[in-house]
Amino acid sequence: MNKEIISIKDLRKDFHVGEVTVHALRSVDLTIHEGDFVAIMGTSGSGKSTMLNILGCLDKPSSGSYLLDGTDVSNLSKNELARLRNLKLGFVFQSYNLLPRTSALENVELPLFYNNSVKPRERRERAMAALGAVGLADRVHHMPNQLSGGQQQRVAIARSLVNDPVVILADEATGNLDTRTSYEIMALFQDLNARGKTIVFVTHEPEIAGFTTRNVHFRDGNIVKQHAVENPGSAREMLSTLPVETD
Amino acid sequence: MNITNLSKIALSALMRNKFRAFLTMLGIIIGVASVIAMLAIGEGSKKSIQQQISSMGSNLVMVMPGSQMMGGVQQGNSSSKALEIRDVTAIREACPSITAVSPEVRGGGQVVAGGNNWPTTFYGGDVNYLDIKKVEIKAGRMFTEQEVNAAAKVCLIGQTVADNLFGNEVDPVGQTIRFRNIPVKVIGLLEEKGENTFGMDQDDLLIGPYTTVQKRILAITHINAILSSAVSEEATTQAVTEITAAMRASHKQAEGEEDDFQIRTQAELVSTFSSISDILTTLLGAISAISLLVGGIGIMNIMYVSVTERTREIGLRMSTGGRGRDILMQFLIESVMLSVIGGIFGIVLGVVASSVIGNLTGWPIAVMPEAVALSFVVCTAIGIFFGWYPARKAANLNPIDALRFE
Ligand SMILES: Nc1ncnc2c1ncn2[C@@H]1O[C@H](COP(=O)(O)OP(=O)(O)OP(=O)(O)O)[C@@H](O)[C@H]1O
Ligand SMILES: [Mg+2]
Repeated sequence: MNKEIISIKDLRKDFHVGEVTVHALRSVDLTIHEGDFVAIMGTSGSGKSTMLNILGCLDKPSSGSYLLDGTDVSNLSKNELARLRNLKLGFVFQSYNLLPRTSALENVELPLFYNNSVKPRERRERAMAALGAVGLADRVHHMPNQLSGGQQQRVAIARSLVNDPVVILADEATGNLDTRTSYEIMALFQDLNARGKTIVFVTHEPEIAGFTTRNVHFRDGNIVKQHAVENPGSAREMLSTLPVETD
Repeated sequence: MNITNLSKIALSALMRNKFRAFLTMLGIIIGVASVIAMLAIGEGSKKSIQQQISSMGSNLVMVMPGSQMMGGVQQGNSSSKALEIRDVTAIREACPSITAVSPEVRGGGQVVAGGNNWPTTFYGGDVNYLDIKKVEIKAGRMFTEQEVNAAAKVCLIGQTVADNLFGNEVDPVGQTIRFRNIPVKVIGLLEEKGENTFGMDQDDLLIGPYTTVQKRILAITHINAILSSAVSEEATTQAVTEITAAMRASHKQAEGEEDDFQIRTQAELVSTFSSISDILTTLLGAISAISLLVGGIGIMNIMYVSVTERTREIGLRMSTGGRGRDILMQFLIESVMLSVIGGIFGIVLGVVASSVIGNLTGWPIAVMPEAVALSFVVCTAIGIFFGWYPARKAANLNPIDALRFE
């Protein structure tokens, strides 16, 4: 068995809106190992995003323990959490979240700016390499508004990769994309996973979840089912079976 | 993140909204420019007044009767005694700190030459009167000792009087004019001095021997004032002490008795008017400073807008590892840039405005380097002060709240 990257015990998250208390997560236990490609599934409002935000140290749980790569996250200060996000975590959002009017290259460089040990030269090289890895070597100086949605998402993936995190967290990363582009993005994630990257991927599309190695189902803030995927499909193969667009 | 990178980010954020940045800076530009211009004008007017006062005489020390005298009759109720020629003699003999002393007698009246007439003042003095009052002769000559002793009916004429009596054609020197119906011969023309700061025409006068004015024109025995020159500006105080002693002796005043005369010095005048213009400068400066404050509030406002607009960007930066401090610095540098760039433009504008105003008014406008340095410091402070709250608001955001902000 590989080493545990994420270990969660009895994790709860309540939101208080006025008089009402929403139990977004009720006693969740979850373990994710190095090299896992996990799909978090469930209906809308079941707590998937809440789970991912806590995994990403963007939000704090109401109670419960969370060990990230051996570090207990619950007692860390804001600055320590920022450092943890910088070094160990990479995010991919549904809406790409690129800095507007900032080139693809500079967008990818962003996490390295907040890492003082990376010198400007190395920063540029690593950002170029990450863009190359997502197939955008020829678009490095393009602005986000000069890129398609799929290309923007690739830039976002390159950004999540560039600091070599222990885990990449993606929330509905294919949610805004058409089928073909979704497959392309999934192919990219599968490549990354094949090279050993741990990925947690939120989606409500079973088809997309079929490309991962393990599925975790949420309902009403509980994990109701989790299982390994028998024979994960290859997104690249699926791509080749898609009919070529004629018009 | 280091300062260079933060500055780059701040600069590109400003460049993204050039016009907005410019409008925001405008408040600072106008504020700084007006502070600099107002201080320069205040300082310039002060210098101009000082020049005017020093042109009134050389280290002038004036003795006047204790209170208003009219026709030798005391008008006020404080102790006062008319000044007389023996007082002048007493001062001349007993005061080593003065170089020259002269009586002054003056009377107003109508002066007539041919068909023209003009109201003016006839000043009477001793032979060194012109030196004490720093008046030069343009043409002709000064009256002599003999003419003083003889109460000769001669005078020097000011340019304004000459223009009004003779126009440009006729040379006034050698002409005979009538002052209060008494014929007086013009022996010299005075150099022009122009208007003084208080709007008085310094060329509207006649100057003659004091004996002439005293006996022949006014028919009085006292004199109006005693003018003297101290050897130097520093010696003025010493001169005042000596003159006071000489005057008290001459007036036979008992010890403890209040002076029955008053002494005014040029230095006193300078400091009185300087302090008036200092108050003015402070007032103008304070009003401009308010506009600078308004400019600062403009920056604060736009920084709040900027933080709100870019909340998602802040969330993203935090999610990639930006600490609160990084975010704080980013926005602080942005607001300091706004105010400092605005300040630089303001300084340039202020210097230009000062020199334009200097040309228009003819004042010796002086842009004070202190004002420029101070503006710069104040601008940086404004940037930090007014940028602090918006920047801190950004830095204190929760990453997830910032990311989800819409
Ligand atoms: N900031 C918040 N304040 C109050 N309630 C919240 C907040 N965030 C989430 N919730 C509630 O928590 C529950 C879980 O929300 P969550 O966003 O995790 O759902 P999700 O599974 O990601 O759904 P979707 O598939 O639609 O994105 C929902 O009932 C939601 O209303
Ligand atoms: Mg969600």
